[in-house]
Amino acid sequence: MTLTRRFAIGLGLAASLMGTTAMAQDSVRIALVAKSLGNGFFEAAARGAEEAAEELGNTEIIYTGPTSTTAEGQIEVINSLIAQRVDAIAISANDPDAVVPALQKAMQRGITVISWDSGVAPEGREMHLAPSSDELIGRTIIKLAADHLPEGGEVAVLSATSTSTNQNTWIAEMEKVMDQYPDIEVVATVYGDDLADKSYREAQGLMQTYPDLDAIIAPTSVGIVAAAQAVQDASKVGQVNVTGLGLPSEMAGAIESGASKSFAIWNPVDLGYTTAMIAHALATDEATAEPGAEIDTGRMGSVTLDEDNQAAMSEPFTYDESNIDEFKSIF
Amino acid sequence: MIRDFIKSREAILVGALIALILLVEIRFSGFASPGNLASVFNDTSILIILALGQMLVILTRCIDLSLASNLALTGMVTAMINAAIPGLPVIALIALAIGLGTLMGMFNGILVWKLDIPPIVVTLGTLTIYRGLVFLISGGEWVNSHEMGEAYKALPRLDFLGLPVLSWIAIAVIAGFVILVNRSGLGRAFYAVGGNPHAAVYTGIDVGRTRFAAFTIAGGLAGLCGYLWVSRYAVAYVDVAGGFELDVVAACVIGGISIAGGLGTVTGAVLGALFLGAIKNALPVAGISPFWQLAISGAAIIIAVAFNAQSSRKQGRIILKSAEHPT
Repeated sequence: MTLTRRFAIGLGLAASLMGTTAMAQDSVRIALVAKSLGNGFFEAAARGAEEAAEELGNTEIIYTGPTSTTAEGQIEVINSLIAQRVDAIAISANDPDAVVPALQKAMQRGITVISWDSGVAPEGREMHLAPSSDELIGRTIIKLAADHLPEGGEVAVLSATSTSTNQNTWIAEMEKVMDQYPDIEVVATVYGDDLADKSYREAQGLMQTYPDLDAIIAPTSVGIVAAAQAVQDASKVGQVNVTGLGLPSEMAGAIESGASKSFAIWNPVDLGYTTAMIAHALATDEATAEPGAEIDTGRMGSVTLDEDNQAAMSEPFTYDESNIDEFKSIF
Repeated sequence: MIRDFIKSREAILVGALIALILLVEIRFSGFASPGNLASVFNDTSILIILALGQMLVILTRCIDLSLASNLALTGMVTAMINAAIPGLPVIALIALAIGLGTLMGMFNGILVWKLDIPPIVVTLGTLTIYRGLVFLISGGEWVNSHEMGEAYKALPRLDFLGLPVLSWIAIAVIAGFVILVNRSGLGRAFYAVGGNPHAAVYTGIDVGRTRFAAFTIAGGLAGLCGYLWVSRYAVAYVDVAGGFELDVVAACVIGGISIAGGLGTVTGAVLGALFLGAIKNALPVAGISPFWQLAISGAAIIIAVAFNAQSSRKQGRIILKSAEHPT
């Protein structure tokens, strides 16, 4: 097994080395390193990167990654990419620290290194592209509910655990913008602990306690699915709209039944596209990664780096019945 | 006399259950309505079925911690098969779930019976093994509601004489257990083995075999629950019913099934599960801070165990009635 895998990697390496010699010298080669291969999310990101490469011209995307989500596997991949002398490495790290030495080695050889999706510690990359920011997510989740409530109404939040940092941050960010929606009242925040049965029961409880409830916002993938099922079972489709953050493959049924009108999550295609755009700009010295720098990202507009050299791509992408079929098989 | 005490103990549980429901009714009117109580019962059905299975195991002085993992694995298997072969009738999948669950229960039973490994060690091991298998076969992927067939999801929700089929299945299992425990030789053997294993041997009961039977039945019920759970929540993922094994044990303990074996009734197990189910359903609507919820559930268990300890202290030690209060 290991032997065949090593052989396969060797073959791949040989093939790409041969590719190098055949390729014109000025072609920009960007390696997109996934957490693991065979994951729909990263395959979609690779498609976005290819799209960017086509737009930029004279750019080659090397989509690669380990077969399982381990830092060791990624280090092996990074070392082989250094040997191939790629121009840029864009990595979604399995461990923020473990890959740092390998990436530092890459930077010493003049390779542009950025992280995307899942970040690397600052010393191991030039910049990090986050799919979204807490602020943008907070704004999006309330907007999703408000868009379907032009006359206002009651909404409730179904979170994961009461101690979950990202959930609490998103809900706090959401509350900050509530004054933009004077007719919408957040009546309760409940916790489903990311368990299907508890989330289901909490959603049921919300519908009982607040008979006029118009929407449930669940910024967690387990919670949103369970809430949609609870709404369906309570025959409240059309009265209570379930929205929040979820994955298209998991939410396809809820969109189909009408329990959820729309929900959001970052779009992996856009993320791959933006990553490739940034990697290209940095590798060709069109831009430098420094705090405050603004990097043009083609059709996605531009991103601005903060003091930690981090940037947020955009608001989460909204999925509804018009595009769910396209994405449900992707991730 | 023991019988009388158990009876009164169940009366206490019924009283506690009614008090709980009325208490919630004060805070949230409508909780005690028949429709809502039916939905609480429906929600608790799976817990009731598993608690009954666990009861048999505990009666024989064993414990099965692998029930929730068994449930997760069978649930995942049926969901994956349903997604892969949508044409397969649901009844075949249910048969498969029960069969697979039974096999896993037998595996526990064999290890306890033939290798004489302590049941807590065996099932702690299989808890991890079965849960690990869920990862293995699913690769960490979810089976989502749109991938499942309509018939697969519809069965537990189907309305029959005003109650969902899920509730009817629980009622059927309860009825089956009343007969099994009170009217069959095997049922009485569970009590004999737990009450006094050595004495049981002298009456011709094979202790290992009886324990094996208890694990097998519990496993089969967990398999059935695997299908019920996944179709009810319309999603199968690796963490299905994570930590549920402890709820099941808690339901038994609250219901007065003695952890020391040999003591407990079907009514007790059902009431224990209902009590826990009522708390779970009441907390979201009663407007109690989520930070308190865990503590409240835990307190209920401790109080129940305290009652148990009280009861075991009194009974069973009086060998000679006339010597109890020597004059």
